This record gives sequence, C-alpha cells and structure tokens, in this order.
Amino acid sequence: MQRLTSTLEFHAQALTLRAERQRLIASNIANADTPGYVARDMDFARALREASGTSAVAGAMATTHASHLADPAGARSAAELTYAHNPQDSLDQNTVDLDRERASFAENAVKYEATLRFINGHMRTLQDAMRSPNQG
Amino acid sequence: MSMFNIFDVSGSAVSAQSQRLNTVASNLANADTVAGPDGQAYKARQVVFQTTLMGEVGAAGVRVTNVVEDNTPGRRVHDPKHPAADGQGYVTYSNVNPVEEMVNMISASRSYQNNIEVMNTAKSLLLKTLQLGQG
Repeated sequence: MQRLTSTLEFHAQALTLRAERQRLIASNIANADTPGYVARDMDFARALREASGTSAVAGAMATTHASHLADPAGARSAAELTYAHNPQDSLDQNTVDLDRERASFAENAVKYEATLRFINGHMRTLQDAMRSPNQG
Repeated sequence: MSMFNIFDVSGSAVSAQSQRLNTVASNLANADTVAGPDGQAYKARQVVFQTTLMGEVGAAGVRVTNVVEDNTPGRRVHDPKHPAADGQGYVTYSNVNPVEEMVNMISASRSYQNNIEVMNTAKSLLLKTLQLGQG
C-alpha cells in the first residue's frame, strides 16, 4: 500500500511547496513599492527534502525524546525561508528585484503545472493498472 | 489551499496602487491651481505604503497607512494682472511637479499590471488544480 501511493505523496508535498513559494513570490511582487520591505524566498530543494523526510536536514524538526510530539505529515520549521539577495540597493531599503521575481514567478508556475501533470499521469497509470482486461 | 492567499495579497497591492494612482490624478488635476484668498494653494499628496501580514507566514500584502502632503512652498509667478495676485504682484500656484507625477503614474500602472498578472496566473493554476485526476 505504501509503495502504491508513495510517489503520489511525494508529488503532493512538492505541489504544496510550489504553492507556498508562489505565495511568497506574489508577496514580493505586491510589495515591490513598499519602503523597507525585505524580499523572501525559499530554498525549494532543501524544503522538499525536509518535507519528504528523505534525508536528515540540519535545523529540521526532529523527535529526539519519547515525549516529543510527532510532527504531522509535511510539517516543517519556518527556518527554510531565506532572504533574496538584491544586486542593486535601493534608497528606500526595499530589496525586491522585480525582474527576478517575475522570472521566478513564471518558473514556479510552470513547475507547479509540471507537478500537476506528474500527479495526473501517475493516477492514470494506477487506474490503467487496476482496470480489468475485458473492460477495454 | 495556501494559494488562495495570493488573491488577498495581490488584491491588497492592486487596491494600494489604485489609491496611489488616485492621488497622482488629483495632483495632476491641480497642477495649475492658484492659491485662494487664504494664500494656501493645493499641496501635492503622496501615499505611504506599508507591508501588512495576511494571516499565513510568507503572505505579505500592502496597505496605505496615510496620505502625506508635500509642504514645500508653492511655485510663485510674477503676474500683476492675474486676479489672484497678491500685494507684490505674485501668484502662488500649487507645488505639484508634473514630471514627478508622471513618473509616479507610470510606476503605479506597471505595478498594477504586475499584480493583475500574478492573480491571473494563480487563477489558472488553481483551476488546473481543480481538474486534478480528471484528465
């Protein structure tokens, strides 16, 4: 059962993270004219590794004691949010680089769609495998 | 679904930018306003943006905290025949700088467009998410 849905779970986590990153970038674009706003971004690869639990990540939440609460599936610390680096300083301390944010937004949207297609394809594969041969 | 927050975030930005566009419009409309009998001409107005949190971590919208008035003295032109001229023959106009306002207007309209595009992208992604498993 685990093997049947583990791929699906991985893609579901990737999709959640993509949606979260999309929201972050949308916030950056929305605050492109706000004085003092500091642009945020996420290290996607690290966040996905942490969320899927495939490898231990430094700073990730861990249950090291019997009385620790187990983290719910997909839970992560907020520490994976990083600060985007702006090559050009602006006078009002705003660090949003609008060109780069637009590019990241488009890139993230395409990758979100790619993940959607992976999930759709995987579901179709599973359904095909489950269908009996005389159903056509 | 955390992506629904994008509409709140971009919506707040669009509303803030349209308020900025409104002040630009009233500044430009009053660019040639002369001082009334009280000697006070129209003062250019500017909006002040501030980041506002939208519930979840990483969702940061924008709001207009206040509208400030530019207190630099108005443009004074020597024109004794003008009906609004003072004792020395000077007419005080508003302190609006039309070039500055035009730049402000272009910036506001570009930011507005950017945020609308963000909302369109988020909408199409959400619609595709709704069709998950049907294709």
